[in-house]
Amino acid sequence: MSTETTRTTTSAPGSRRSARPDRAAWGFLLPFVALFLLTFVLPLGYAVYQSLLTPVRSGPLGLGPATLGFAGLDNYALALEQSAFLESFARVLLFGLVQIPVMLLLSTTLALALDTLSHRWAGILRAAYFLPYGIPGVIASILWGFLYVPGVSPIVDLLGKAGLAPDFLGYGNVLWSIANIVIWEFAGYNMLVIVAQLKAIPQELYEAARIDGASAWQTAVRIKLPLARPALVLTGVFSIIGTLQLFVEPLVIKPLTSAVTSSYTPNLSAYNEAFANNNIYLAAAESVILALAASVLSFGFLSLVNRKERRDAR
Amino acid sequence: MSVSTPRAEKPVASPHAPGAAARRRDGRPRRGVKPSRILLVALLTVAALYFLLPVYWLLVASTKSSADLFGTFGLWFSDPQWPHNLSNVFSYDDGVFWSWTWNSVLYAGVGGTLATLLAGAAGYALAVYRFRGREAVFKAVLAGVLLPSTALALPMYLLFSKVGLANTYWAVLIPSMVSPFGVYLCRIYAEAAVPTEMLEAARVDGAGEWRIFGTLVLRTMTPALVTVFLFQFVGIWNNYFLPLVMLSDDRKYPITLGLTTWQTAADRTPELYQLTVGGAFVSVLPLAAAMLVLQRYWRSGLTQGSVKG
Repeated sequence: MSTETTRTTTSAPGSRRSARPDRAAWGFLLPFVALFLLTFVLPLGYAVYQSLLTPVRSGPLGLGPATLGFAGLDNYALALEQSAFLESFARVLLFGLVQIPVMLLLSTTLALALDTLSHRWAGILRAAYFLPYGIPGVIASILWGFLYVPGVSPIVDLLGKAGLAPDFLGYGNVLWSIANIVIWEFAGYNMLVIVAQLKAIPQELYEAARIDGASAWQTAVRIKLPLARPALVLTGVFSIIGTLQLFVEPLVIKPLTSAVTSSYTPNLSAYNEAFANNNIYLAAAESVILALAASVLSFGFLSLVNRKERRDAR
Repeated sequence: MSVSTPRAEKPVASPHAPGAAARRRDGRPRRGVKPSRILLVALLTVAALYFLLPVYWLLVASTKSSADLFGTFGLWFSDPQWPHNLSNVFSYDDGVFWSWTWNSVLYAGVGGTLATLLAGAAGYALAVYRFRGREAVFKAVLAGVLLPSTALALPMYLLFSKVGLANTYWAVLIPSMVSPFGVYLCRIYAEAAVPTEMLEAARVDGAGEWRIFGTLVLRTMTPALVTVFLFQFVGIWNNYFLPLVMLSDDRKYPITLGLTTWQTAADRTPELYQLTVGGAFVSVLPLAAAMLVLQRYWRSGLTQGSVKG
């Protein structure tokens, strides 16, 4: 055996001796995989199973004890027939179409702007923008709730003195007041992901652009923005998934206004079916629909982005 | 047989861009102040006000009496009575706020630590070994990243209540120990940062796979592990839906869930408005402080995920 062969075996990981490492690999994976099965695969399978069941009354007049019967896709049909459930989907889609672009535009603008500042100021401001991420969604919603309610809110107070009478909790506005809470929570976090991406770009590229006479604006739009793309894709996917799960913010705002109903979002709807109406089978169907919608939208977004990338590369 | 072992040299694939730190970025020549510059500073200042104003309001509001909370201008102090308010927060209902705080620390601390170790081991295995089923596991992990966790919480509650786990600490802890995104980050990091030569050398020296992982690999992967831990800690601390679904005993609640019980009961018991505000303020402090200190680690770890992802 020579040094040469040793080197080839080490540099080609595919040719590693099998038996022992194989067992070791599964040893390392086992704790995670076991818990993953328990908390992801099993609940998903159970939800699908439950969504196919329905209680069937037996005996004369259907007063006997209820047994579980196979319902086929009845629960799905029932969920999709409820106009409130469909409306909740339309609502979060509209919400996402507006909130996600606004938030990512804000995050990108802040990231690019911070990139032109001196190190010290950028650090202070970055920390200020990132701070809300450390505040739980519940508490952020309670906080903004106080800032929306006339009587407590200094914002309503000040705008009132200026002759305006904003109604943050009215029927037309409350969805956007909730969007504001979500933007406040996550814009700084997304900004940080983009900043991290910008920091990974070799500085030589900026130097070259500067020598070529590119202005700060040109550097930002022509060089930094395209290179920040992977970060934008990542934050985009997470925002889509997050939007579909919207729950805490409307739940906390709900006591403050009649504009937020108990089926305001798909998640609220499923929660209420399960715990207020005790219909766990319908709730299971709604959960499965939610999971499906989330995967269709996030996969759709990813393949759209990838296709565009391939086309641009050509 | 003389085999010259390729010794572990310096980490081969240093994930950090070489020379990036050496270059100064703020050493550009100063020209006159341009209007675009003023616009930029104005934008950044307005943004800072937007992000900080609610926190400032919370600080001011937490010093007020219930009457002043509603009767005085929200952005300025009026008759501050901080010690009184905060001691109320901690003494109300036999000090239930202490339980909530302790529970949050327990859920986020224990859940975050175990999730990080499991993700580190799994990510390392996926990055370094070639074995059958590797691609399938990784695809399942990616699907797990994209699945909305709240859609799984309801069926998980039904399963847990069948085996008597609902309304126990485990009901929140077990799901908190699983982080598919953590596995994803750890795999990417391990691929770039764990040198194959180092592993071979250790094997030749007779170290077992677990010992190699426990001594060498964990140390090499520290930046990624810190990132995953922070993600998971914040995620668990901020989580609301899972404990809401799983727990019914308010002594097992984390802070997030506890505070909403005060907030919703404030209609009937107005003193709870002040307690909600005070409790919110207290609960924001530790995480906000951690956020400011740790954002440096967070940033460098995140880079690994987004660059290759």
